[in-house]
Amino acid sequence: MFTFNRSIQFGASLVHTTKPTFRSNLAWLSLCISLLFSAQSGFAASAEKGRENFMKNGCWQCHGTWGQGGAAGLRLAPNPKPLAYISAFIRNSNGPMPPYTTKVLSEEDLGDIYAYLQSIPASPDPKNIPLLNDLK
Amino acid sequence: MKNDPKQDPTSTPNTVPTFARRQFLGNVVATSAAGVVAATSGVNAAAAESTQDAKKPSALPPSLRGIANESGEVPDMGRVGGVAGSDFMVDVIKTLDIKYTPTNCASSFRAIHESLIDYGQNTAPEYISCMHEESGVAMAHGYFKIAGKPLMTICHGTVGLMHATMGIYNAWCDRVPVIIVGGNDTDSAYRPPMVPTYHAAQDINAIVRDYTKWDDAPVSLQHFANSFVRAYKVAMTPPYGPVAISLDLGLQQEPVHKKGGVLPTIPRYIPSSPPQGDSGAVREAARLLVQAQNPLIIADRCARTPKGIELLIQLAELLQVQVVDQGSRMNFPRTHYLSTSAQAVGKADVILGLELSDFWGTVNNYTDNGEYEGVGTQSSKLQPQAKLISINAADLITKANYQDFQKFQVIDVQMPADAEATLPALIEAVKQALTPDKKDLIAKRGELAKKAFAADFAKTQAAAAVAWNASPISTARLVMETFNAIKHLDWSLVASEGNVSNWPNRLWPMEKAHHWIGRSGGFGVGYGAPASVGAALANRDLGRFSVSIQSDGDLMYAPGVLWTAAHHKIPLLSVMHNNRGWHQELMHVQRMADFRNRRVNLGQDMGPIGTSIQNPDIQYHELAKSMGWWAKGPITRPEDLGPALKEAVEVVKSGHPALLNVWTQPR
Repeated sequence: MFTFNRSIQFGASLVHTTKPTFRSNLAWLSLCISLLFSAQSGFAASAEKGRENFMKNGCWQCHGTWGQGGAAGLRLAPNPKPLAYISAFIRNSNGPMPPYTTKVLSEEDLGDIYAYLQSIPASPDPKNIPLLNDLK
Repeated sequence: MKNDPKQDPTSTPNTVPTFARRQFLGNVVATSAAGVVAATSGVNAAAAESTQDAKKPSALPPSLRGIANESGEVPDMGRVGGVAGSDFMVDVIKTLDIKYTPTNCASSFRAIHESLIDYGQNTAPEYISCMHEESGVAMAHGYFKIAGKPLMTICHGTVGLMHATMGIYNAWCDRVPVIIVGGNDTDSAYRPPMVPTYHAAQDINAIVRDYTKWDDAPVSLQHFANSFVRAYKVAMTPPYGPVAISLDLGLQQEPVHKKGGVLPTIPRYIPSSPPQGDSGAVREAARLLVQAQNPLIIADRCARTPKGIELLIQLAELLQVQVVDQGSRMNFPRTHYLSTSAQAVGKADVILGLELSDFWGTVNNYTDNGEYEGVGTQSSKLQPQAKLISINAADLITKANYQDFQKFQVIDVQMPADAEATLPALIEAVKQALTPDKKDLIAKRGELAKKAFAADFAKTQAAAAVAWNASPISTARLVMETFNAIKHLDWSLVASEGNVSNWPNRLWPMEKAHHWIGRSGGFGVGYGAPASVGAALANRDLGRFSVSIQSDGDLMYAPGVLWTAAHHKIPLLSVMHNNRGWHQELMHVQRMADFRNRRVNLGQDMGPIGTSIQNPDIQYHELAKSMGWWAKGPITRPEDLGPALKEAVEVVKSGHPALLNVWTQPR
């Protein structure tokens, strides 16, 4: 369990949340439709811009600069979940993750962030990292 | 008149020299003042001499310097007469074998300061020079968690104690004994004006009474002796906690008096036994645990001593019950197959909580999602019929103002008692309640736990491998490079501040009590640096290697403790988790902006304005070097960390402190 100074506890909930919490199934359905539409709208996503947006919009604060996750946020990369899933989560989160509306994070910026997450290289196999195995 | 020996009921003119302490103080002031006048006004001094000539002896007594030049010895001038009160106080303190006193010097305890270092020969306690009272308290806090013995720290009665308060609150919340002594010049009729009067109070302990177990303000030396021994005893009776003694400056400076023809005596310290759980409640707890299909043990401050770890293993293995160690102490080996994570709470039908700091938070979810007009949602993690058992000595010292008792949780069997002291009885009760038909169920639980432990550890390793080569360096890499550099030593992780995703507790093979000493208790930032130095002091005496994960924000509250470590040659490897911000607060502000549908203002930094420690970046390695540490940095590339750690470990092994300034991922 984690608790923090001067503040409420939320790290543990974040770590253990495995599914996004949505306000309603209807919202989920409508977002899936709109995101499928926007995903086909054709803007060219940029991983470089995506990294800037990832930093500028505070994503790195909980998820780490490589989207690796940690005590305060889920792992986002490598191999991110589908864009529609991530978008629905970001726009409608009712869990520990605060929601980001299009006013704060545009569809284009989100697309760039997704491109950045996709560009993050695969992690090394933990079996090949001696420091994670030679513990005695 | 207090200064008239005939009317002073405390004076015994026929047996010891009569002495009025305020008269003595007045004489000191008058003498000093006369000295100043003489030095600054030759005319006045000459005039004064001419009027006194007739009374002078033909040969003046030699000065101290003259005597020293002739004999090589400075004689006792006997200005005080008899035995100094503060010398007696040192005698009292020495009976309790208090090894150190980490203290920041101040005039209100000048007498006991002098007695400690001269009369007491600066041993037991040895004076440890601190630059901040909060550092002194936190050093004592960290020291206790390794040594199991309390230290005494002395504060200037008002302003010094104000500095100390956050550290005292942490010790209170962490149930750690610290003896706080505050100097105070109580007698307003005779104390010097201006600064000493600003720094005096009727009741200095008032500001810490809400978060100390006991306090007193002795008015005689016998009273001091009784209260100091009592304070030690109260602090050291579980639940442990800080205590405060106000120390009148006059009492320190006056000579020892007989009262009723008797000199003050020192009472013997005999430890109290810790409170054990009621026998009926213990039997009921055992019955619930034995009958449960899926019981769970959760421990937070259960193991006060290494024996507590052994007892917890014994109970867990007896029933093959998984154990969640919340980590305020090292309660249960991380390498044991029954060790599990907090996710097990939702599956349990009986939960035994041992010295939990927050039972409600253990069995409920709180989600900071802005719902319910901004306060967030709350929900239970528990199975509907789950039964809760609590053994917690902190229930015995619940106070009203500060909310360290946490949210109220309904408990089925609640024992306000010390968990470690109750475990032997609980183990026996479980043995008696066990029936042969439970054997298969218990064995099956053990087998499932072994499989779950292996699977969980593999998942943890995989999570640690993500961003392994990132720059800034991932917290998993930071922690595992550090472990790799110390694993061949008798290591002790004495602090882990700033949240490194709990990697040490997830990956390091923590098995012994000194492998991990827990957190601050009250989560008051600024604990890590001084507490790690205090714990390292205790480990130095035991021949162990101390390492801390030191966050940037924590260090900057009172970095002067670095000088203390260097000055007193306290070996400590401090590996910085420098994420260049107050990251917890950084996320809170971001969160508020998102809830309010606003873009957060970053200014020129990476985080919201007011939450970053950037522009300029602090050169912690230079700061440490300036205070006598070996230091290196900033280390930003993961491949540079291992070699730097190797160098730093050698420095620490040679008896000196070393710091690595490492730029890290946020968490």
